[in-house]
Amino acid sequence: MSAPNPTILNLPDQRTATMPHRNFINAEHGLLSWLLTGDHKRIAILYLISITFFFFIGGAFAGLIRLELLTPQPDLVSSDTYNKLFTMHGIIMVFLFLVPSVPATLGNFFIPMMIGARDLAFPKINLLSWYLYMAAGIMMLTAMAQGGVDTGWTFTTPLSTHYLNTHVITTACAVFIAGFSSIFTGLNFIVTIHRMRCPGMTWFRLPLFVWAHYAASILMVLGTPVLAITLVLVGLERIFGIGVFDPTKGGDPLLFQHLFWFYSHPAVYIMILPGMAVISEVVSTFARKRVFGYTAVAFSSVAIALFGFFVWEHHMFIMGISNYSALIFSLLTMLVAVPSAIKIFNWCFTLQQGSITFETPMLYAFGFMGLFTIGGLTGVFLGSLGMDIQLTETYFIVAHFHFVMVGGMLMAFLSGVHFWWPKMTGRMYPESLSKLAAVVTFIGFILTFMPQFVLGYLGMPRRYHAYPPEFQVLNVLSTAGATILGIGYLLPMLYLAWSLKYGAIAGNNPWQATGLEWQTQSPPLTENFIEIPIMDHEAYDYDWLEHKTADEVTHVG
Amino acid sequence: MDSAIANPQAEHDTAEHEHVVLPQHRHHFATQEQQREAGSFGMWLFLLTEIMFFGGLFFAYLLYRNWYYDAFVTASNQLSVPLGAANTAILITSGFFMALAVWAAEVRKKALLVVFLIFTIVFGLAFLGIKADEYHEKWEKHHIPGASFDASEFINPAAFGLQEKPLAPDAAQKTQMFFFLYFAMTGMHALHMVIGIGLLFWLLARAQRGDFSAGYVAPIENFGLYWHFVDIVWIFLFPLLYLINRHPLAH
Amino acid sequence: MTQPEQHLHDPANVTNPEHASHHIVTPRVYAAVFATLLACTALTVFAADINLGVFNPIIALAIACFKGVIVILFFMHVKYQSRLIKVTVGAGFFMFLVLVTMTLSDYISRAWGLW
Repeated sequence: MSAPNPTILNLPDQRTATMPHRNFINAEHGLLSWLLTGDHKRIAILYLISITFFFFIGGAFAGLIRLELLTPQPDLVSSDTYNKLFTMHGIIMVFLFLVPSVPATLGNFFIPMMIGARDLAFPKINLLSWYLYMAAGIMMLTAMAQGGVDTGWTFTTPLSTHYLNTHVITTACAVFIAGFSSIFTGLNFIVTIHRMRCPGMTWFRLPLFVWAHYAASILMVLGTPVLAITLVLVGLERIFGIGVFDPTKGGDPLLFQHLFWFYSHPAVYIMILPGMAVISEVVSTFARKRVFGYTAVAFSSVAIALFGFFVWEHHMFIMGISNYSALIFSLLTMLVAVPSAIKIFNWCFTLQQGSITFETPMLYAFGFMGLFTIGGLTGVFLGSLGMDIQLTETYFIVAHFHFVMVGGMLMAFLSGVHFWWPKMTGRMYPESLSKLAAVVTFIGFILTFMPQFVLGYLGMPRRYHAYPPEFQVLNVLSTAGATILGIGYLLPMLYLAWSLKYGAIAGNNPWQATGLEWQTQSPPLTENFIEIPIMDHEAYDYDWLEHKTADEVTHVG
Repeated sequence: MDSAIANPQAEHDTAEHEHVVLPQHRHHFATQEQQREAGSFGMWLFLLTEIMFFGGLFFAYLLYRNWYYDAFVTASNQLSVPLGAANTAILITSGFFMALAVWAAEVRKKALLVVFLIFTIVFGLAFLGIKADEYHEKWEKHHIPGASFDASEFINPAAFGLQEKPLAPDAAQKTQMFFFLYFAMTGMHALHMVIGIGLLFWLLARAQRGDFSAGYVAPIENFGLYWHFVDIVWIFLFPLLYLINRHPLAH
Repeated sequence: MTQPEQHLHDPANVTNPEHASHHIVTPRVYAAVFATLLACTALTVFAADINLGVFNPIIALAIACFKGVIVILFFMHVKYQSRLIKVTVGAGFFMFLVLVTMTLSDYISRAWGLW
């Protein structure tokens, strides 16, 4: 392997690392080179900036909601405005933040690198995806500026079709467009993962990050179009009064709910699977151990995707569906919890006898494992019919989905951003400050949402901005927690931006992780690899990593 | 090397080394074959989204047809079977020419490719023309759902010269549901056809320039997939909308 | 930025695992399918005119399914494509069936209502 000419054959380690001369960021200059790029890494950065922007808008709405709920009286905003606040919060957070968060940023950036490809299969469609997302976002902002929408993010009929004169159609259009952004991302991932793996990269050598994104992509491609047609029908109903969801004309409002939840339940798996993808990578790296039960985790991702299509009616248990179908869907809901639990077990066993360190991504991952477990278990409670009748449409549901989405998914997103920040930017974030932010986030989260479980089973309904005075203490705790949570989310914004200029240089592989993306420079080249790698070892092979660096010649000549 | 293993390996290697390098080769693909397969797979995934998109409408149809069967029968018999059948034949012919166009591109016959694309467009436009005529007739009879919908023809069919079972007024109102689904499903289908014809004109221009007769057939092939899919949707729409029950008085 | 032609040594054969051969379907096959489709269209119209009770919709849908299948297999070349494409097509229709049947499970089993 020694070369005759005096060349450095591998890049220096982190202590003596320098920023590479040529990387995807400085390969081309100018705004148009970013706006017309085909490079999946640049598109990922564009997405990262835009979803952060919409996250803070959605977060601002959350702040206003919690502010209103400090007092039992409806004294901050009027009822209609309050309805608009929680609707816009939900729509922005679900469609403009959670659905694209990990796939469009980390997935876009790293799936090609992890499989040893130069780019995704369809770079132009990838760029189109981002433009559709931006169009959806701008349309959403327009709807907000025009006065917003107050149907709830679930657009339930006949409220949304007959009883409100807010900007339902503009918002529905925005969600429709965002749906296509999601579809194209998923389509791109599926084709890439099937057809662009490098030589030697068999399915069972793929990082589990790729498996989970593959499963989420199947959900995106097959589920999202049903949302699209549902929104079209809502629009037609509003404009022409055709009667498809109108009982007075013979329509069934429940038909809307069936079609809506047929997408929106798989949507929650679209949101969480990429988060689980991140956790697999982070837990393995910071326990220095291959993921326990690789095959089980890989197949459980696909199982979650498959079973996720069979359970949507559990959102409709009190809406007037037949008891028999409710029983069937309740049973299926119990089943869908199993693959998620398998993953948690496998991550725990990965930790056992691992060599664990507590860097920031790992702190977020621990947060995920605990909070997602709590959220997931409460989902099982909600899946049983008797409990659901009591708990549905209360704060128990609100707490449940915030535990899985915020305590789960958002923590996984932050974990991933911190984990791959050195690779994407070539810089390290400040470790102590980031650990502080992680702990603050965790504490803030528990304080915000744990009281909401109690509020829920005590009977406080969701989507109400006035409540009986005996619930005030818990609400005040929740709002206090929300403030702390806000600080916890603001800190990364600040120090990550700071690190771009002043952070320590990262080098190729500051975490000494396996995975093809860590064997190249940070930030990567536009073409990802100088030559296409040949995969000759299993995933998470720390022995291979050790021998790789041990055998490598650092200087010749 | 052992001869028993070498021969298939050598054949495989030579087959693999026949890398066609076209000007349209994208550098993130290793071979042209990989690019073509990826494109085809991508188009199929897009068609899956179309299946699910139309699927919602098909379910709504299934539900309401069962709930309001009599109204659906009476309303459906307002549609012209000869026109619908003719349209079906026209669209199938259009699809046939599209398939031939793909063949012409594969065997690199530019003139034939252009001719077949033109025929595809012509038959597609014929389909839309007949559809427009049918829609116009519905407009004139006040059968378009919405404020101007008039169900009197269904309450008293004999007065309009129709051989149908008369419906009670509230049941007659349900014919609006049929017409809504008719317009929604055929309208969505027609929208897909309009987009398709637009794309066909673009492909025709490029084919005329010779873009697709030198080995690069992916756009024609993938568009063909889209066009055939639109054809399949109509293949299901025709019997479901036009042929519900042509003998309501006999039952 | 052009890349040099990569010599792909790919012993595990991940880039083209099924060696999907490039089979060109002839106009003769297309013509046969075309004729079949037209014949089936005529058949479905004639069958609609015969009063077969509950079998009318079943026959109509069966003929439509048959037509759809031959369009998919021949006009859309799926018969000659890789197993991946075949599974993909199947997955799409499977998911459509899931949507229809599982939603139907609610409507059929309602103790009230119009079914």
